[in-house]
Amino acid sequence: MADVIKTATRDAYGKALVELGGINDKVVVLDADLAAATKTGMFKKAYPEKFFDTGIAESNMMGVAAGLATTGYTVFASTFAMFAAGRAYEQVRNSIAYPNLNVKIGATHAGISVGEDGASHQCCEDIALMRAIPNMVIINPADDIEARAAVLAAAEYVGPVYMRFGRLAVPRIFDENYKFEIGKAVVLSEGADVTICATGLMVNEAIQAKELLAAEGISAEIINVHTIKPLDKETILASAAKTGAVVTAEEHSIIGGLGSAVAEAVCESGKCVPVVRLGVNDEFGRSGPAAELLHIYGLDAQNIVAKAKQAISLK
Amino acid sequence: MDAVIRKQLKIKACKARMGIIEGVFNAKSGHPGGSLSCADVLTYLYFNHMNVDPQNPKDENRDRFVLSKGHAAPALYSVLALKGYFPVEELKTLRKSNSMLQGHPSMKYTPGVDMCTGSLGQGISAACGMALGAKLDGRNFRVYTVLGDGEIQEGQVWEAAMYASAKGLDNLVAVVDNNGLQIDGKISEVNSPYPIPEKFKAFGWNVIEIDAHSFDEIDAAFNAAAEFKGKPSVIIANSVKGKGVSFMEDQVSWHGTAPNAEQYEQAMNELQQALAELEA
Repeated sequence: MADVIKTATRDAYGKALVELGGINDKVVVLDADLAAATKTGMFKKAYPEKFFDTGIAESNMMGVAAGLATTGYTVFASTFAMFAAGRAYEQVRNSIAYPNLNVKIGATHAGISVGEDGASHQCCEDIALMRAIPNMVIINPADDIEARAAVLAAAEYVGPVYMRFGRLAVPRIFDENYKFEIGKAVVLSEGADVTICATGLMVNEAIQAKELLAAEGISAEIINVHTIKPLDKETILASAAKTGAVVTAEEHSIIGGLGSAVAEAVCESGKCVPVVRLGVNDEFGRSGPAAELLHIYGLDAQNIVAKAKQAISLK
Repeated sequence: MDAVIRKQLKIKACKARMGIIEGVFNAKSGHPGGSLSCADVLTYLYFNHMNVDPQNPKDENRDRFVLSKGHAAPALYSVLALKGYFPVEELKTLRKSNSMLQGHPSMKYTPGVDMCTGSLGQGISAACGMALGAKLDGRNFRVYTVLGDGEIQEGQVWEAAMYASAKGLDNLVAVVDNNGLQIDGKISEVNSPYPIPEKFKAFGWNVIEIDAHSFDEIDAAFNAAAEFKGKPSVIIANSVKGKGVSFMEDQVSWHGTAPNAEQYEQAMNELQQALAELEA
């Protein structure tokens, strides 16, 4: 494991923005005084004339992003997930999503893995908030390769996109040949007994959980659900029908995120199978090193294994 | 201002007011008071100031208008209809389920509407973005936004005000429709934003104060704003809520109430009479 490359998806976001700046002259980037943390500072350095800092005023930033988009720009607006989806929720809904404007929200520092800053900054509700907004696409990449691909794909897509990035350096899962398509979940490995739908940094945990389950004679199918909206129901339901049990794993509240989306899809398919959700259990986070917090809140391979066994027992 | 133009604008504004009453009466809901108070400013902008073409409503070089006080949609729709963006008859469909005229302005449904607004405080930020887009592109279109005086209680307005002056958006003109009333009463009593000019001055804006119902003052203010460089301009337009309909004037109860049939008749008669006098 020593040679595994670890990169935060926010770093990949910053680099991808710089890459975009070189190929798309209509890309502009906004930030609300967090350019060093969100990594939009990389774009600022490369393309200072196309970078705008609105200061600590996220609501105004989303509105400015909307107005810029009406003049033909592809606008990336960045701040922490807490402020993008939380503070500026209504601006995102009414000024960006309702008019269906071409604004990409680059929300970094999502989830518990923010770490030491604690609960005020650990947004575990953003997917739920963004999912409820019509027109919104939600992408939660699992590693730096996927984060780059998501940014490039979002720039091509016309309309609002919410991209969720993390602060914590996470292991690289994919290689340079990885193909990313918005709305198309990826079956990472096939299995027969249980389907594990994971998103973001929980994809790597799901891959490890597969090994742990295999040691106990349980065959798990791993699906990377990088796009939470629109949800790839076809891939998920086909797998659920095959294995007969589903676990969802996300660094987000169990309310309203991937778990809810998958449960809704499975229930409405008419072919109900058990769905067990792993996520933050309707509670606030706390300060601490990110890696420790992930274990404290049960967001790890061991807990995916437990949930997988639970789902199988419910068959 | 040229006397002939002034008279033409007064006639247009009177017709715009009739369209407001027509729309709100048929909708049986809506906001006549704050629509009537900004009718003269909107009439002036669309008929004597902004570079817009109803035949080409998406022209990328057009001037932009954002009705930040989106509840005054009946005024915007009435002026857009008079300008030729869509038939005046459409005004009778306001707020109905098959109408292009939503309760609050929507660029998705209505030709000529440049931004979805209605949630107070948000329009001015979008207007800043449009003005920034013009600067970035080296294009010379200008951006106009109308705010309510009650609306400036929203914190986002001041985030935008700070940003517009910090970025030197002199291609942006904001108007505060200063009619003194909001739903819950006098704005001085609900949560006073006074003094308004001093606040915008402190935020780095070029401030102009006018009578919102004098086309000479409106004309002078917008021309002065166009000449002013380096800062955004705000026109504090001192207006009368419900202006033009005697029983609605300066009455908070007409903020968000539609006239009944009798009131509709009276309002339209008053406006017809005013129109006849103007056209005589």
